[in-house]
Amino acid sequence: MAELEFAEAIDRALELAMARDERITVFGEDVELLRKRIFLRYGPRRVRNTPISEAAFLGVGVGAAMAGLRPVVEIMLVDFLGVSLDPLLNHAAKLEEFSGGSWNAPLVVRASCGGGYGDGGQHEQCLWGMLGGIPGLAVVVPSTPEDAAGLMLAALEHPGPVVYLEHKLLSEPWLEFLGRGGRDTVAFDVPPAGARGIVPDPPSPTPLGRARRCRPGGDLTIVSLGVGVHRSLEAAEELALTGFDAEVIDLRSVAPLDVDVIVAAARATGRVLVVDEDYIRGGLSGEIAAAIAEAGVDAAFARVATEGTIPYAREREDRALPNTERIVVAAKGLLARPSRGSERPPAEVGNLKAR
Amino acid sequence: MIELPRRCRADRRELFRTMAEIRAFELASGRLWRQGLISGEMHLGIGEEGVVAGVMAHVRDGDAIAFDHRSGPPLVARGVPLEPLLLEMLGDERGLCRGRGGHMHFFAPDQLAAGSGIVGAAASLAAGFAFAAEHLRPGSACVAFFGEGAANQGMVLEALNLAAAWKLPVVFVCKDNGWAITVRSGTVTGGDLLRRARGLGVRARHANGAKVEAVYAEAAEAFARARAGRGPTFLHASCPRIEGHFLGDPLVRLVREPRREAPAMAPDVVAGLAARPGAPVGLRVRALARTSHTVARLGMGQLRPGRDPVARMRRRLGRRSAARLERDAGDRVEGALRRVLEMTGNEGGGRRG
Repeated sequence: MAELEFAEAIDRALELAMARDERITVFGEDVELLRKRIFLRYGPRRVRNTPISEAAFLGVGVGAAMAGLRPVVEIMLVDFLGVSLDPLLNHAAKLEEFSGGSWNAPLVVRASCGGGYGDGGQHEQCLWGMLGGIPGLAVVVPSTPEDAAGLMLAALEHPGPVVYLEHKLLSEPWLEFLGRGGRDTVAFDVPPAGARGIVPDPPSPTPLGRARRCRPGGDLTIVSLGVGVHRSLEAAEELALTGFDAEVIDLRSVAPLDVDVIVAAARATGRVLVVDEDYIRGGLSGEIAAAIAEAGVDAAFARVATEGTIPYAREREDRALPNTERIVVAAKGLLARPSRGSERPPAEVGNLKAR
Repeated sequence: MIELPRRCRADRRELFRTMAEIRAFELASGRLWRQGLISGEMHLGIGEEGVVAGVMAHVRDGDAIAFDHRSGPPLVARGVPLEPLLLEMLGDERGLCRGRGGHMHFFAPDQLAAGSGIVGAAASLAAGFAFAAEHLRPGSACVAFFGEGAANQGMVLEALNLAAAWKLPVVFVCKDNGWAITVRSGTVTGGDLLRRARGLGVRARHANGAKVEAVYAEAAEAFARARAGRGPTFLHASCPRIEGHFLGDPLVRLVREPRREAPAMAPDVVAGLAARPGAPVGLRVRALARTSHTVARLGMGQLRPGRDPVARMRRRLGRRSAARLERDAGDRVEGALRRVLEMTGNEGGGRRG
């Protein structure tokens, strides 16, 4: 057991895996500085800076993975996948299916994500919903140091491509690099339990696609990930003061999505609130609603997510991202509605019978 | 033969006035950032005043500009009022973009001026502006400002090719400060950028960005060709990056305050060098040498005052003449800053997260 910072936990897991598996290489912009410990330990053959050429070096990662390496490709901010989506969308994600299961591209795309430090809407997106919708791509979003290490280990063992998203509000080096820059005149609402925590030594892999229940509760289920988990836990404590018991589930993986846990929780509490820092439309929260509906569970549903382009102005940004206040308000709205949770016959079956 | 504008000889005082105003604006932005009134990253254009002033002197109404994350200088040079720029960086509703964009996302539709925080985006955007210009504003030209780091982005190379193939009126200004974020560009760049541009069919010229008159002269021809329908130019201008990639750049801090910054890095360095298993000793030493070399190069080159284009121009103009122009520029910026701080209730400086 060791108490580690979030990013420390990721890097230690990576360092450990690199000792066991010589095929693991790390490249991306500035990694020789940002991962200096790993750079100095494993040297410039395995860890190296790239030019600012995301499309090329992500494609290089896919090719290298296909040809036998296990690259960890660092896309500095997930927003920059906008420059370089093709290797991931049209190649890495498709390869297993296209090759009839005979070939795969085991690379990890590590990128920072998320907002809360005033960097504007081009540098603070999450995009996990969009990425998670691509067949053949795994997407993970840790919220604690333990899972940060565990999910990195699991990603490195996964046979296909994994997008590993590191929230900047949890990851002190990113927050320092992009948000603070050595200043003591700025402050950020960093959830302490996410930024620092106990990690087993050695860490063990966190299986992909397995959600974790971090708070039990019978009145309402809050499903979240990343920083949202901590905001939800805070909101749950506030709700407890008014006599409501909220369950909080940390998804940890967007793809594969732990539908079983979500559906079971929806059935048990009959009220589901999704707290998702990513965009509200066409993404994870809608997918969760669909999963619950498809399972035939009739649960009251609401979501707190990012509804538009993230504004630069700090106060506006704080209101745009899911915050504890918004979660509490949405939860109270749900709690005012009757808990349903009753089983309905699946629509398909019903239709068939009607015919 | 391209006919150059009549007054192609630079008005040095006018150019220096622009440079001084940019410098004063950037220093003021730096202060606001240090006070915590500007959040997130803050990329200053200190060191590239000569390049920006020399190019922007040729921009007139109807021309469009696309620029990168060093967004203050081109807009200051364009004559955009300073208050809305400062208010935008403070995230104020009265800012240029109502506080929604911030300094990496300045948009001034009246001047057809647009920024982006995505490295290399300016090149294709400017080519698009140029395509529109052919249809809507014949005889006008478009500028793209980007760095040599961006010259390794596919979209920049694709935009160069497209602009050459379509003979678009674009002036691609590559501000070469030698650094791609924290990486020395030479270590991640193959070949020569001028030849690269020529290989894509784009006329390519170099100017020493420390000499604003040299940039001015090369830009004059580039603009004249663009306006005359003779296609794009790649104008490569070298300049220093005095304040690092952004304020708080860890490498700059390490060079400037080694006794404060080095101890924080030491544990990782020691652990990285000592941990087992790992690379053979030779490779680890090479990695360490590479890192030390990077830091040393930053200390020797970028932060040396001799490369400062504003300081050079001071010498050229004479100290008294330069001081007067700088005082005027400083007064304009400080006046705007004072008004903005009053408007936002930040007279005493402030603290924000």
